Amino acid sequence: MARTVVQLSGHIIDSLILPKVLDLIIGLGAEFQILDIQVGHRRPDRSDAKILIEAPSAEMLEQVLAKIKEHGAVPLDEGEPARFQPAPADGIFPENFYATTNLRTWVRIQENWLEVQPVEMDCGVRVDTAGMRAEALPIHKARKGDLIVTGQHGIKIAPIERQMPHETFEFMSSPVSAEQPKGLLVREIAESMKNVRREKGKILVVAGPGLVHTGASAYLVEMIEKNFVQTLFAGNGLAVHDIESALYGTSLGVYLDKKLRASEGHEHHLWAINKIRGAGGIRQAVEQGLLTKGIFHACVKNGVDFLLAGSIRDDGPLPDVITDTLRAQDLMREKIRSVGLVLMMATTLHAIATGNLLPASVKTVCVDINPAVVTKLTDRGTFQAVGLVTDVEPFLRELCGYL
Amino acid sequence: MRLPLIEAAGGVATRNSKREKTMILLMCPPLYYGIEYEINPWMSRSRQTDPQVAQQQWRSLYRLLQDDLQVEIALVEPRPGLPDMVFTANAGLAWNNKFISSNFRHEVRRGESIHFDNWFQARGYEILHFPEQSYFEGEGDMLMCGDLWFAGYHIRSDIHSHQRVSEIVQGEVLSLELTDDWFYHLDTCFCPLSNNQAIYYPPAFDGYALNVLEHHIGTLIAVTEDEARRFACNAIVVEKNVVINDGCPEIRAQLEAIGFSVFEIPLSEFIKAGGSAKCLALKVPRA
Repeated sequence: MARTVVQLSGHIIDSLILPKVLDLIIGLGAEFQILDIQVGHRRPDRSDAKILIEAPSAEMLEQVLAKIKEHGAVPLDEGEPARFQPAPADGIFPENFYATTNLRTWVRIQENWLEVQPVEMDCGVRVDTAGMRAEALPIHKARKGDLIVTGQHGIKIAPIERQMPHETFEFMSSPVSAEQPKGLLVREIAESMKNVRREKGKILVVAGPGLVHTGASAYLVEMIEKNFVQTLFAGNGLAVHDIESALYGTSLGVYLDKKLRASEGHEHHLWAINKIRGAGGIRQAVEQGLLTKGIFHACVKNGVDFLLAGSIRDDGPLPDVITDTLRAQDLMREKIRSVGLVLMMATTLHAIATGNLLPASVKTVCVDINPAVVTKLTDRGTFQAVGLVTDVEPFLRELCGYL
Repeated sequence: MRLPLIEAAGGVATRNSKREKTMILLMCPPLYYGIEYEINPWMSRSRQTDPQVAQQQWRSLYRLLQDDLQVEIALVEPRPGLPDMVFTANAGLAWNNKFISSNFRHEVRRGESIHFDNWFQARGYEILHFPEQSYFEGEGDMLMCGDLWFAGYHIRSDIHSHQRVSEIVQGEVLSLELTDDWFYHLDTCFCPLSNNQAIYYPPAFDGYALNVLEHHIGTLIAVTEDEARRFACNAIVVEKNVVINDGCPEIRAQLEAIGFSVFEIPLSEFIKAGGSAKCLALKVPRA
């Protein structure tokens, strides 16, 4: 989706130029929104309209602009450069800095539109006027003197392309509801995953410990072994419960196959942490033959790039857990490059953390038993998000059946 | 203001004006007129004009306007290499003490501007130019009907020029899209007769433009295709008199029925270049 704002001025109402331009926009397959209109009061007074145009592609937008220019509509702010100011100190942006969205963005510097890279929301934009580069920068990475874009001038963003209504990841696809039929949706998600892999894209799984509690680990392992998972983001919890389950057959002391509490079972997850700490880490535990099954075993054996980000309530944690939050964020940023689809399952914090880093163009599937979590994740401006309110185990079971 | 007489190269001179209250028309004798290039579908270098016939037709128009209709005529001196200078209506738009000089779309006509600018400047007009890319072809695309300006665009003038004109004349300018290359200027397909009457050739406009015309003008008389192609709309209106190319009996009858006197003048040599009576004269307001 490409968009821009045009201005149309003159006696555009009496001469029917305004309706003509709007008809042309629609006729060429784009859409419009009148952002502002000032109607002249006296005969000689001109009227002015600001019109937002959205087209499915940049090429179509150019066609529309070329056509409506003949009727007097000219792009607004074309040529007006972006403004920027130096960061006053390390880790601080100048006042009134421009905050990014999760959409493709360009800033106008010295007569050029530079694309801001990477696409990440809630960042500032650092410009390198010598190298003609524009970079989305998290606030903590600002260095004193960095030139940071301020205000709204000379900035344009391209909303995500709206897809055909029959596609699963359609614009604001479906209201999050436990009642919606899921069978077709799950099959379409499976098709999307196959498409991503066919095009050599990466699939990222973000998962919480509920995945282990509900007994869905085996399906995730199956997906890993079938090469449908390239990256895994989680916290200490998922890894600890997975490893506890692998070592003791319990998750938080409950036998997953019998639904019975194990004697002294509450100690199992702490013993699991202790064993992995003793081995030096998950990879080492696998190499030493200590960890022989489960999700993380499969990750090590199949070369899945996993990242465990720590939090304040973690037990242990495992040696693999990155306890420096900013460092974890930075590593996540690197690992989401070239991700084509994200499965977020049974996790709130890690899913939101990942969602904040993702461009809106990445297809995202959020699965949680709690509708509030799914709503929160699908409502963050990601156009290509599908939300499913369901237990994760039946979802993964069905998904694996289609893969 | 009174315009000084100019001794035209063609031997024709302006004389006393007897109808000062109406208008002055600026004309250019067809001394160097001919088809030297092709910038509209009418023009073909293989279908040349006959210079003698052209001069004779022009003189007939001149005499009709001056002697019979008693219009004051002013002349601009023709220049070699600028065959279309004869179509003075395209030179610009004169309004109060300002002359909005045309910004011709075609390079071959741009040389005309300096001569018209000089003519108006010598008579105390402020000369206004538009930016290079804002094409504007004067009265050819800008006609007043009542207190509204109707302006053609898309083939010669571009719509951006209309707003500039509106600011200068302090009036409402309604832009009309022209869609037929054979009727490339508004004055080839539309002619105001009075404050609320006009003749027009509907197929030359897009649907929006037709709606605008129908909405703002009380009486619109459509001309037939045959007569539109004989430049029936390219008429000079002097009060209740209409001067047009000959061979337009239908519009003649319609105009006479509503009280106009119609004067037909053979102007076939000018139609070869895509112009007729109206194109040969530019209105000059009295200061």
